[in-house]
Amino acid sequence: MSSKSFNRFRTVFAHVLLIFLSFLCLFFFYILIINATHSHAELQRGFYALPGTSFFKNFNGVANNGEFPMVRGIINSLIVSGCSAAICIYFSALTAYGLYAYDFKLKKIAFTFIMMILVMPTQVTAMGFLRLITKMGMYDSLLPLIIPSIASPAVFYFMYSYMESSLPLSLVEAARIDGSWEFRTFNQIVLPIMKPAMAVQAIFTFVGSWNNYFVPALVIQSKDKMTVPILIALLRGADYMNRDMGKIYMMILLAIVPIILVYLLLSKYIIAGVTLGGVKG
Amino acid sequence: MKKKLLSVLLTTAVLAGTLAGCGNSNSGGSSDGGTSTDAPAADAPTADAPAAEGGDAAAASSDEGKVINIYSFNDELRTRITAVYPAIENTSDDGTVSTLNDGTEIHWIINPNQDGVYQDKLDEALMNQADAAADDKVDLFAAELDYIVKYTDADVDVAMPLSDLGINPDSDLADQFAFTKTVASDANGVQRASTWQACPGVLVYRRDIAKDVFGTDDPAEIGKKTADWATMKTTAEELKAKGYYAFSSYADTFRTYGNNIAGPWVEAGSSTIKVDQKILDWVTDSKDWMDAGYFDPTVTGQWTSDWFTAMSSSSKVFAYLFPAWGIDTQMVPNWDGAEGSWAVTNAPLPYNWGGTYLVAATGTDNPGHVKDIIMALTGNQDNLTKVAKEYTEFTNAQSVMEAAASNDEFNSAFLGSQNPYGYFADSLSSIKMAPLSSYDQGCVELIQNAFGDYLQGQIDYDTAKSNFETAIIERYPEITEIQWP
Amino acid sequence: MQKKRKLVNYAKWGYIFILPFFASFLIFSLIPLVDTIRYSFYEYFRSGIKEIGPNFIGMANYASLIESDMLKYAGNTLILWLIGFIPQIVIALTLASWFVDVRMKIRCQQFFKVVIYLPNLIMASAFAMLFFTLFSKSGPVNSILMSLGVISEVIDFMRTALGVRSLVGTMNFLMWFGNTTIMLMAAIMGISPDIFEASEIDGCNSMQRFFRITLPLIRPILAYTLITSIIGGLQMFDVPQILTNGQGNPDRTSMTLIMFLNSHLRSKNYGMAGALSVYLFIVSGILCFIVYKITNDNDPDGSKAAAKAKKKRGGR
Repeated sequence: MSSKSFNRFRTVFAHVLLIFLSFLCLFFFYILIINATHSHAELQRGFYALPGTSFFKNFNGVANNGEFPMVRGIINSLIVSGCSAAICIYFSALTAYGLYAYDFKLKKIAFTFIMMILVMPTQVTAMGFLRLITKMGMYDSLLPLIIPSIASPAVFYFMYSYMESSLPLSLVEAARIDGSWEFRTFNQIVLPIMKPAMAVQAIFTFVGSWNNYFVPALVIQSKDKMTVPILIALLRGADYMNRDMGKIYMMILLAIVPIILVYLLLSKYIIAGVTLGGVKG
Repeated sequence: MKKKLLSVLLTTAVLAGTLAGCGNSNSGGSSDGGTSTDAPAADAPTADAPAAEGGDAAAASSDEGKVINIYSFNDELRTRITAVYPAIENTSDDGTVSTLNDGTEIHWIINPNQDGVYQDKLDEALMNQADAAADDKVDLFAAELDYIVKYTDADVDVAMPLSDLGINPDSDLADQFAFTKTVASDANGVQRASTWQACPGVLVYRRDIAKDVFGTDDPAEIGKKTADWATMKTTAEELKAKGYYAFSSYADTFRTYGNNIAGPWVEAGSSTIKVDQKILDWVTDSKDWMDAGYFDPTVTGQWTSDWFTAMSSSSKVFAYLFPAWGIDTQMVPNWDGAEGSWAVTNAPLPYNWGGTYLVAATGTDNPGHVKDIIMALTGNQDNLTKVAKEYTEFTNAQSVMEAAASNDEFNSAFLGSQNPYGYFADSLSSIKMAPLSSYDQGCVELIQNAFGDYLQGQIDYDTAKSNFETAIIERYPEITEIQWP
Repeated sequence: MQKKRKLVNYAKWGYIFILPFFASFLIFSLIPLVDTIRYSFYEYFRSGIKEIGPNFIGMANYASLIESDMLKYAGNTLILWLIGFIPQIVIALTLASWFVDVRMKIRCQQFFKVVIYLPNLIMASAFAMLFFTLFSKSGPVNSILMSLGVISEVIDFMRTALGVRSLVGTMNFLMWFGNTTIMLMAAIMGISPDIFEASEIDGCNSMQRFFRITLPLIRPILAYTLITSIIGGLQMFDVPQILTNGQGNPDRTSMTLIMFLNSHLRSKNYGMAGALSVYLFIVSGILCFIVYKITNDNDPDGSKAAAKAKKKRGGR
């Protein structure tokens, strides 16, 4: 009996905490949306709880501004983040499988090496990275934002851990007995099992790449190749002549709408995938 | 099958993005309608005077590049050039490309000043200038007074001497204010930049508060109460008694001190920063004023939202210290009350704040066009009159500004139909231009930051000093010593 | 005979599979890293638009960094990270275990999961800007608190070390607790339900189940979370940078190591930035080595050894 009432109390407490946390999370989005509908002059006067009437004025201000090519920026960001996420999870899974399923001389060294570079902050190599890609003729292009994501030690480690817990090698062996080619085994047997981990990592990588500011700010020079965070920083930094808080909020809103859409699309898949993995495990 | 869902989703996203990209660029390319209102309008009234220059441009362009790249930190320069350069036929809707009547294109490359983004991008481009293809070369760029010295340095040689362009500063720019020519010259006295504005600072105050506290809003009467810092302090006390603040924050008063330093922050060729006594006076006085409650305590610096909010009708701040551009670009957009609520009078101490200079980049492939643009915007009295009228700027033409002070056409509605040019001219005549160095921008920014903490009561005086030393050496690694007075 | 040939083949496949990773790493990380390390021994910076150096100066950059306030910034980084990470991991573990606990009957699970992850989507710079506006002296938070009568005088969050640090911590917490929750949930759901069923039959209460079964079994993912969070903490940049406009106000109490690095990169001081990068590299290496040892060395239930043995068999 007491354990039952304890459970009920716990359930109530859990809901209260969840609602509070959800409120915290949504509060900022709410303010963002509200502020994006107010004009600069209104925002200067103070805070509003209800939407204003300047939504389209702000929207047009952002959309028709060649100094901040927002539409182009969103497209660039989609290309970079989409490609990065795709090649990142594929090659990370491939690498993890290579180290997990095979025995070879350099295996231990390779694994230790990746674990070592796992901790290397990106910013450490920024300086040399910039000089290198300039020499390679990739300065001011989107490629250097995409290709390096092939080597993502953190994603590799996640995939490796997941394989340790969820990929029985007997399955691989069975495939071999059936005469399956190693590459085909990976693509058709291992990848489906890795789906939940890949979905989770895909969205993490996508978001990380979408929000990445440090590297694009170093690499990208021309306006038509800029990604969203650079544009946001440009707008924020734009000095007095352009300072218009209404436009800034609108731009932040536009910057997060595509990613929220992608997330909502993928989130169902992730939860389903996780459940699937749980049952199979 | 299902395993491909993820990649399909991602591919779709990418594909959709690419397709959208195609659609967008198409529509963008074909939308060069005649919607840019100011460009054609600019053509008509000034057609006769600069027509010869327009003709020159067409002639010169046969052996010049097809693209003029202009680097700038905001669209102020674009609007000014568009207003006065008749060769511009139209500008794309998004404001990135203008086409001249001879087919040459101006590409406007705009990056914000803040966080040094503009200078980073400009420096990068200038360092690659020699290797860049002709149409990618920087042709003309804007530089603010705070860092103009960095570019006009003769050793660096990124700024073309005006004489190399065919401009004779002594005759062609004779009507410019002398100090704007001095600060745009290198150590040998060769002028390498030119500006269309002089920026003498004045005091801009709220008429309603003036009436409430002093019983009058007459600029001459108020001017007596703001004549110097000692009088200003008494005035601040009066304002405080009625619940008002004299200024919004200590950052507002900085320029009146910082512009009157005796020697440059760093002597040419030296690696020692010499902090001027005037700067420490600013710290002492500001502490005084802070403790006395003459500043609005919610405002902790310039360009913050609190600062802008303090310019609105609900604020208790009596006055701001601004040159002409500050009134037009800062106060007008942030004021939400009735028009004509502000007025201009003399500041406690004359000062100059800012100024955008045009610099022709060494290696430009469009010297003819660049010369025309510089002359049209900074050496043509008709154009400088026009800019002054349209944007309430204090333009860089002595004869025009003298005439403006007594011409009702230059009255400002925002200032309650007051003609501010007399006060600008008075301020200008007594400005003792501060000696510049290429370190000014960092010094001014970092000293305000370091002592801001002190003035807010966060740290003690000596910590503020050492914080400044740390920050300035981070910014300028070649600095070896900081001397305090 | 056939068996042996296969063995050789498999090893070859291992190399082929890990080749893209290492090739990409070599080009885009290792070469730049070597370049960075090389310049850390040089005096090399830009003054205005003139380049000075590179002149070889040995360890001088390293020495002058030690003399500077670098250790103070390391301390700041640690404090800022802890303020965010402790609530993050506690809340995430709690939520993850609630979400997978069928007896808890959490309603609208899907909604909560989606919502708590949302802040992670908004870019750090935009989020920091939003916070800056919200918590400014004339911002909505102050005006709401004032009108509720909670405070009698506006709080200037940006001017006290506690204020700025709490804001940075809160932002980091909000941005990452949802992410961690989802990750841990995936791990907990990966645990075989049989184990939970067995524990229930044995009369385990939820506390015991959490500490005795769930925690040990999700240790690899916990380690992963801890390691990525430590790296994230070391790299903390956007949020304090934008909140304090790169100054680490007040009195540089919120200046992180990467902000320090950034100020050197910004002044184009390649030598000093290189030396600082090397320090950062060493520190992060040591930290993660410690975490990795702690979480992987002791193997109380022998599952690790079993997995290894299993793997070996599988490899043959």
